[in-house]
Amino acid sequence: MSDKQRITVTVNDQEHDLLVEPRTLALDLLRDELRLTGTHAGCEQGVCGACTILVDGKITRACLMFAVQLDGCSVETVESLGSPDGTMHPIQRAFSENHGLQCGFCTPGMLMVTQELLRREPRPDAETARAAIAGNHCRCTGYQHIVASVCAAGRAMSEAEHQHVDRQDVEHQGARA
Amino acid sequence: MSVTTHSGGSILGHPVKRTEDRELITGAGVYTGNMPVEGALHAFFVRSPIAHGTLGDIDVDEAKGMPGVVAVYTAADLELNDRPGLPGVVPETMNRPLLAKGKVRHVGDIVAIVVAETASEAIDAAETVFPDIEPLPAVTDIEAAMADDAPLLFEGTESNMVAGAGTGEVEGIFDDADVVVKAKFHNQKLAGVPMEPNAVVVEPGENGKLTFWASTQTPHGLRDQMAGDLGVDGEDVRVIAPRVGGGFGPKAFAYSEYSIIARAAQKLGRPVRWNETRSENMLSMVHGRAQVQWVELGVKNDGTFVGLRATAVGDAGAYPAIGAVLPSLTQLLAQGVYDLPAIDFTWKAVATNTTTVGAYRGAGRPEATQLLERIIDMAADEIGMDPLEIRRKNYLQPEQYPLTTLTGANYDTAEHEKAADAAKEAAGYDALLAEQKRRRESGDRIALGIGVGSYVEVTAPLGLDGEYGSAQAHPDGTFTVMAGTSAHGQGHETAFCQLASSVLGVPMEKIKLVQSDTELVRSGAGTLGSRSLQTGGTAIHNASQELVAEAREIAAHLLEAAVEDIDHSDDGFGVRGIGDKVITWAQIAQAAEDGSGYEDGRGHEMRQELDFKAGDSTFPFGTHIAVVEVDLDTGFVKQRRHVAVDDCGIILNPMLVAGQQHGGIAQGISQALYERVTYDEDGNPTSGNLASYTIPTAADLPSFEVSNTETTTPLNPIGAKGIGESGTIGSTPAVHNAVIDAVSHLGIHHIDMPLTPETVWRAIHGANGSDPATRQQAGPEYAGKAITEDTPDSAQA
Repeated sequence: MSDKQRITVTVNDQEHDLLVEPRTLALDLLRDELRLTGTHAGCEQGVCGACTILVDGKITRACLMFAVQLDGCSVETVESLGSPDGTMHPIQRAFSENHGLQCGFCTPGMLMVTQELLRREPRPDAETARAAIAGNHCRCTGYQHIVASVCAAGRAMSEAEHQHVDRQDVEHQGARA
Repeated sequence: MSVTTHSGGSILGHPVKRTEDRELITGAGVYTGNMPVEGALHAFFVRSPIAHGTLGDIDVDEAKGMPGVVAVYTAADLELNDRPGLPGVVPETMNRPLLAKGKVRHVGDIVAIVVAETASEAIDAAETVFPDIEPLPAVTDIEAAMADDAPLLFEGTESNMVAGAGTGEVEGIFDDADVVVKAKFHNQKLAGVPMEPNAVVVEPGENGKLTFWASTQTPHGLRDQMAGDLGVDGEDVRVIAPRVGGGFGPKAFAYSEYSIIARAAQKLGRPVRWNETRSENMLSMVHGRAQVQWVELGVKNDGTFVGLRATAVGDAGAYPAIGAVLPSLTQLLAQGVYDLPAIDFTWKAVATNTTTVGAYRGAGRPEATQLLERIIDMAADEIGMDPLEIRRKNYLQPEQYPLTTLTGANYDTAEHEKAADAAKEAAGYDALLAEQKRRRESGDRIALGIGVGSYVEVTAPLGLDGEYGSAQAHPDGTFTVMAGTSAHGQGHETAFCQLASSVLGVPMEKIKLVQSDTELVRSGAGTLGSRSLQTGGTAIHNASQELVAEAREIAAHLLEAAVEDIDHSDDGFGVRGIGDKVITWAQIAQAAEDGSGYEDGRGHEMRQELDFKAGDSTFPFGTHIAVVEVDLDTGFVKQRRHVAVDDCGIILNPMLVAGQQHGGIAQGISQALYERVTYDEDGNPTSGNLASYTIPTAADLPSFEVSNTETTTPLNPIGAKGIGESGTIGSTPAVHNAVIDAVSHLGIHHIDMPLTPETVWRAIHGANGSDPATRQQAGPEYAGKAITEDTPDSAQA
């Protein structure tokens, strides 16, 4: 096909300098070139949400975007969640604790949607959570445990945030004393 | 994740968190599509764009010269055996050529395979392949396919009929009835839509050996089918199912794509992979349901059932296989949960120019429940009786169990009133009826509907009531258990290790489940028909018990005590009354392997394996109550509540059970309200992607109120029945009945599924007689017989 194009893209905090075919999808770049196979292809037409990633913080269908469009962008995939030492992200923990997944195929997309939601809406109620994940299909769970997981993740992260603030307050007061 | 150490037995019945989750929530799960296989080529299929036609030359010349293309094969190039649909049932004249020969029989039928270095190159080349197809008249409708002048799909046949049987006629079946209600129901064609479409990688090895990584529910079944298609020995085929992204029945089918790819890999001496696209998936993956039902129920004025007469004709699709006998499961469950004195049932299956029909969550049983539960509501309406009351009046009673039904099902155990009462109370049924009455009296345009569905279903059906299992102790203190079932989201790793943990008295994290690999697991029937816990789980349970028995003997030998004096605790094995010396599992396994644990000193691995056979299927049951609101001006249905009481016997892990209930209910609701596979008059699919075939999102569904009654079964030591399909089976009629209930005061007695806003709106307007054209579309066949009798202006319509 036509000549490859050079792009620079940051994926999960790592910068990549890549040569890509103009027609290569962002999804295929992630899965085939970068071997980040947590992002899944479920329908190839932007309906199911299994390929959801965050591009510059925004929810994006990796199957509806060309790799060249990622030039200069910052991408987050499911592999960005959790710590290299194996500690799980509170969202991941909430999904596991609330049985928010069965076959796991839609899960990476659900996790990324939750990540985006909780950044702008830290304590969503069930209705907000339902609306937020309504662009993502799951055929296993009937969504109920996913909704519970999203809400639980929000609670856990908010409480951790409060504890962190409280601790800072204590340290601050301690420093003054 | 870690699980705290539990003493033997206490872990059963607890919502133990899944050990599967970690890799799936970190993106590390290996599905077939990302199974790394060095040097794999990519396949893409050329498919028929014509539903029915004569296949002439296939021009592959251009494709062969395209960049990266390694091979292009048609039927003439690959020696593949035609596949029998279902030996003994489907006539040989309907055998399936794996690549089309002479004819194409549905849109999506495989004409050629292109193999290239990359997926893109394979797709580019496939677009240049031109099959010369002379169109023939296509038939996609069940009744049209049965007509005398119907186009025939297969040469050497006189009709499209595939199979059929029945109970035989019952003389005077309605003689004692005060009322006989009649209806014709369409149980629409559905697509399974697992979120991961089909996928396979086939690697040819030495001495003709083939290794398949496949997204399948049935690795051993797939192995056997591949061996048959390819004409090789089953031992030369190894099938491994890595993580599988949902199945729901359709992945229990061995796809012809897999055989074609295997043959290509053999010829090319290189691994070949195929990741099905969703648009291919909607054409190729077997569909489900697809029945037309003619139903009559005779009742007395007090609600007592007198007899049921029904004919169910199933669409088997283009290449009849398992779908040809699914209507027989409809017959098997035709008595439902009721004390019906007489049943006259006939089932048939017919071939059409549509995607082949196979098992989809419920597979023949939802069709039975739907048939009964709809006609019962129509009867209740006719005699002016409450739907829950007419059911209660006719439920089979616990003391009647076990029993063999009129259609030959051996029901094990049940307490229907208990489940129904629990559902009634949870729903607040009486308050709902009062609310409905208030709304109707006030002329509220948002009508409230309450629907009931009571069901029984068969799990581990069709002789699938046996399974292989094993348990092994290792000298390092860990254990391996195996089962011939093959999980694809259900959580068997958790559930089966939970079971083994309770028997062995060791923490779950010490136990590893091996499944889904035909080389490691001796035999297996896979995961389908809600069979896994009761068969595979039981096999592991029993093998674990035998392992404990062996350990006792070894401990007795080492401790120089009698076997009956050996105590088994979480710490290990010791002599009763002498508390100081305890031998651990690790020591026992070591003694087994080095021989010191045996009288004869001959060491071997410490392993027990067996084939468990239950002897029959189990029959879960329950009652669902759905509450819906119907906007009388738009026809839009919003489900407000869904109450489900499902009895799957004794519950091992309530968290996993709830997950199965939720997922099942979502799919059942979706049949009632959203999903339908459709074709135009030429046989072109018009629901071929996820934008046109609408599965529900979180915004479409309510939060479900699920609970359980627990009625044990004597058929396995766990007392478990299946739960995988109950939600689907119970929910569809409850939701359907609720929608009809919401509009029944307008004279509507039936609307076929799915109950989309348009369908409901047409029925409302038709029933009101406001528009003759709409009226015509709505009924009488479509909107039920009562309309013709109750609606004054229907005669003009």
